[in-house]
Order: sequence, then C-alpha cells, then structure tokens
Amino acid sequence: MDLPELLDLAERERRQRKPLEVRCCVAAGCQSAGSEAVLKELRSGVQSAGLQQEVAVRGVGCMRLCCQGPLVQTAPAGQLFYKVQPSQAASIVSSLRGGQADAHLGDANSPFFTLQASVVLANSGRIDPERIEDYIAADGYQALARVLTEQTPAAVIDTITRSGLRGRGGAGYPTGVKWAMVAKAKSDRKFVVCNADEGDPGAFMNRSVLESDPHSVLEGMAIAGYAVGASQGYVYIRGEYPLATQRLQTAIKQAGRLRLLGAHVLNSAFDFRIDIRIGAGAFVCGEETALMASIMGERGTPRPRPPYPAERGLWDCPTLLNNVETFANIPTIIRRGADWYASMGTAKSKGTKVFALTGKVRNTGLVEVPLGTPLRRIVEDIGGGVPHGKLKAVQTGGPSGGCIPAELLDTPVDYESLGKLGSIMGSGGMIVMDQDNNMVDVARFFMSFCMDESCGKCIPCRAGTVQLTRLLTRLLERRGTRRDLETLESLCTMVRDASLCGLGQTAPNPVLSTLRYFRHEYEALLQDR
Amino acid sequence: MAASTDAKTAHPSGDKRFHLLEVAIRRQQHQQSALIEVLHAAQQLFGYLELDVLYFIAHHLKLPLSKVYGVATFYHLFCLKPPGKHTCVICTGTACYVKGADRLLEAASEFGHVQPGGTTADGELSLLTARCIGACGIAPTAVVDGAIHGHVTAEGLVQLLRGCLNRGPS
Repeated sequence: MDLPELLDLAERERRQRKPLEVRCCVAAGCQSAGSEAVLKELRSGVQSAGLQQEVAVRGVGCMRLCCQGPLVQTAPAGQLFYKVQPSQAASIVSSLRGGQADAHLGDANSPFFTLQASVVLANSGRIDPERIEDYIAADGYQALARVLTEQTPAAVIDTITRSGLRGRGGAGYPTGVKWAMVAKAKSDRKFVVCNADEGDPGAFMNRSVLESDPHSVLEGMAIAGYAVGASQGYVYIRGEYPLATQRLQTAIKQAGRLRLLGAHVLNSAFDFRIDIRIGAGAFVCGEETALMASIMGERGTPRPRPPYPAERGLWDCPTLLNNVETFANIPTIIRRGADWYASMGTAKSKGTKVFALTGKVRNTGLVEVPLGTPLRRIVEDIGGGVPHGKLKAVQTGGPSGGCIPAELLDTPVDYESLGKLGSIMGSGGMIVMDQDNNMVDVARFFMSFCMDESCGKCIPCRAGTVQLTRLLTRLLERRGTRRDLETLESLCTMVRDASLCGLGQTAPNPVLSTLRYFRHEYEALLQDR
Repeated sequence: MAASTDAKTAHPSGDKRFHLLEVAIRRQQHQQSALIEVLHAAQQLFGYLELDVLYFIAHHLKLPLSKVYGVATFYHLFCLKPPGKHTCVICTGTACYVKGADRLLEAASEFGHVQPGGTTADGELSLLTARCIGACGIAPTAVVDGAIHGHVTAEGLVQLLRGCLNRGPS
C-alpha cells in the first residue's frame, strides 16, 4: 500500500456507501444496556423490509450521551433515538422511508451536542471501529502516508510543537518538546508507548476512544515512531477493558495486513510494530516509570526521575510515553495543520479536551470541548445541571485532583486555571456532586483508594495514606478533635512533599482542596468545636 | 526433537491445561518480560493461580519463584484462591460511589452472607469490588458473571443474584 492506493481505497469505499444509514452504538456503555441485540434486530429489520440496497446498518463507537443508551442514529437525517429496545428496531428502519418510528426520539440539536467540539471524537459514533476501511474512508492513515513521503522527522516535531498540544494524561507537558527530547537521544533502539492504563475512577475517555476509533491512536503512534526514530510501540491497556483490548487487537491486525504497520510501512524504509501489553489492575501503573516496569514483566513500582523515560526508559532505551488522547490528536493535527489546532483553546492550553461527565448531573457521558470552556457551560448547559437539588462541587482529576466548589463554576477549564484552584485537569474525569455528598466522606473515599493502591515502595506514601485514612475516618465518626485536624493538614503536606512518585505526591490533593473550600464541613464534625 | 519437548512439558498431574500453558509461553518466545501475559493466560486456563501453576511458570521462564509470586501478588486482577462458581463485581469507582455503590455492596454482602473479596461457604458466589470499570455514564454498575448491568438498585441486584444462583449449575 502506498499513498495513491490509500486514496483510491478511500474513494472506492466512499463511492460504495449506501444512501441511508442506521448507526447503533456498540461501545461498552451502550453494549451493557443491550445494544448488541438492537443491532441484530436492525440488521434483520433491513433484511425483512428488503432495503439492503439502500440502507446500511453500522455498529459504531460512542455517541457520547451514555445515560440514554442504547443509542441509535439515522443518517443523513440525523434522528437520534434514546434507550432503544430490540422490539423497536423494525419501526426505526421503516421510519427511514417515511414511516413512524415507535421509539423515544431524542433531541440531536440539544445543547449537549451543539456546544461540543469534534476533534478527538470526530469519527466516534460515525465509523465502525472494527473496519479499517471505515477509518480510511474518513481520511485515515493519510497523515501517516504524507509524513512518510513528504516530511522529515524534524518537520513533524515542529508541527506538533507549534500546535501547542500538551499531554492529555493530566500533567500537560508540551508534547512537541517531549518528542524532540526522544528524537535527540542517541540510541539504536527507541520505543513509543501509549499509556492506556486509565485508572482514575470516574474516567472513561480513553476507553471510549479505543473502542470507537482505535486506528486514530495507532496512526498517531506510528507518526510519533517516525518522528522520534522508534520502530517498536507498545500500548499498555487496563485489564479491566476487555472490549477496548479486543478492538485494538483487531485494528493492529488489520493495519498490519494493509502494510500500514509492520515492516516497510506504506512501502517506505520505516518499520513500526505495535504490541499490546495488558495491565493487571494496579492504579500506580499509570505512573510512567511504574508502567514501564510493568511492560517489562516486573512489579509495577515507580523509580525516581531523572533519568526520564526520554533518556532511559524501556530496557534503558529512550522511550516516548504519551496518553491515548494525545496520540489520537496527532493525525488530525498533521492533516489540518498546527495553526488550525492552535486556533482552538486558550493562550497556554490549545485544542480540545475530552471529559467524562458523570455523577449527579442529568446528561452523563462523553464531552469534548475547546480548552478554556467555563466549567459552568460543561456542567449546566451541556450536562443539563443537577437533577435533584443543588450543585455543590465538581471533582476533577480523580484521586490526584480536587473539588471545585459551585461558586467557582465560572472558571475556565485549562491546565493553569484548575491548578490555581488546587485541582488538576487530570485525564478528564469530571464528577458532579450535590448537597447529599459529604465532602469529608469524599476525601476519605479518595484517600482510602490511594491507600489501597500505594505500591509500598516509599514510606511517606505507604504509611502516610494509612494514617490519613484513619484520621479522616475518626473525623467522620465524630471522634476527632482540633488537634486531629492540625495533624491531618501537616501530614498532607508531608506526604505531598516526600513521596517518590505522582501517586503519593498528589494523594493529599482531595483532602487539601476540600479543606480549602469546605472547611466548615470538617469543623462541624469535631468533638471540641 | 518434538518428543523431548513434549516430555518436558508433561506435568506429573497429566493435566492438559499445562500443555496449553506451555504453548502460551512458547508463543511469547519464553521471554521473561512476558511474565504478566503468561500469568493472564494461566489464570484464564485455570481460573486462578495455584502454587503449582506458579512453579510451572517460574520453571519455564527460568525465573525465581519469588519473582513470579511477587508479581502475581502485586496485581489485583490475579487471584491466588479458587473463585466461586459465580462472580459479582461491584464497581466502587467515583461515579458509582457518588450514586450509592456502598448500598449495592451492602445488599450483595447481606444476600450472600459474604464479605467483599470473599467467596460464600458453598463456593457458589464470589463478591468482589472493582476500582472502576469505566462505565461511569450508567452508574452505579455491577458485573454479574461477566455481564455489565447499569443503573442498578439494591433490590435489582439481589434479584439478579438470586436469578444467577438458581440458574447456575448445581
């Protein structure tokens, strides 16, 4: 396969499209609501109506509004149906030809959809994630082909740097700078690693991207491999994500068959293999040095940095580590240019970000917005607000993040603004809480999570998280004193400053941020108040 | 040559699953770095990682048993005790927690007279918790015998469990 053949395949695929289409979400959220059966009934509905020539039925990735699944959408009309039952499938098919659909017709023009952007999720909900031809028809692998034939690695890195893309795993390190470091490192062997160990409870953006558009991640990794001079890539994926793993395996096989991965990618001198490594349920493996230890078959314990993975990573070779969403951004940036990407977002945070909006909010699901969008727009306009009662706080960044109180809801969501409030962007989990959620209990929830997930290598984290959990429990049982509150605060500072890796260093964040904004809830629990 | 490989793979117990495990190890080219993949394969074959299996893996990957045991016990998904015939996993991720996962856990625990992480005395049901299964949009969730259920209530969960225990093999 080379570029002309790729363009030809895309053109052929588009020409063969049937005029009408019914799309049914087959990502994990809708699948668990029974979308497989709906898809089967849609197929047989088209058969029995004799519409095979005109209507295509497509199993597609996430359509974002998970709480209303299984979701079915018609194209080009764009009618969106909520909570579709298998028995309603036939009537949806007949509605394509003017009949009445006996199903809950949702509003595809509601603010939930119209206020969102589509960069990372552009193909999500439109293409069949298990067909590489669908991805190719949506201009897939063209960025890789163009890079291999027309650009030097340095030019690719320059484009990524100018786009202003920052790491989507949470820390927000400039992606182009990281790539340049790995490219500069001298070594015969280099690696590219995709971090798909999405461990933050309450976050499912990476799972959705892998289930909905796996090829975009593979293409992004291959472009990265060319740019930094690596010929081997690994995707480290959570053991809890069987469907995403299976789709990724299928995608890698398909890409290999078309010579879009493997030896002589697209008839060039560039070789790039991708292998999957499956995690086994350890949150700490999201930390980059622990993740690399796990890929090498070791216990997932972190080590001090420097040396950074860019200098010494897998098997002591220079290694580029990026998050799923970071890689998924790459093909579009190459295709549409750095300036286009940098036109979205704020001065320091460019582009879009995908969030998983959950908790006490009407519309739960995936949300992609330009960075800098006010939190209020995400929670109230897109999310539809809190169903019963009043919004109290929004938690971002998982166990490493913090709670943002309702009065600060006008904060723009970007790396710096969230950091100033004592929270972090994190990988994109966003959990809405109402008056029924006690913030001290929330703090204990995250602390006991970190306690369980501490790998035990360094004492501040191993012992500190245990003591912090005990103190919080004592407060919740109304046995705490003012002294305990002081100990809690000083211990938080100690664990933050003395721990070896990100897990321990950020574990106190949920406590510190709730102390900052909801101190009265702690004080109300004190014995000697 | 083939005969000698076979002789090496034969496990004294004659259990054919060891042969399949050996095939899985060979597919990884006996690379020590594939230990976690091999443990996954073993758990799929045997349901859990008994000591005998860990010995076998250590021997075939030429790794000290301490290392194999150390890795197997580090990761939550590896199970060193036999699981129950049915499993119920309650997601305790943040979204599920906010929507009342603790009530589900309580209900399941009470229904089976079993603590989270444990298996009922008759070996019928294992009650487990997960850190987040990534189906937060339909929280709270429970996974019963591999199938994800969303928007679960305590009553609904007990009904599910009752159903799967009655239907299951006796």
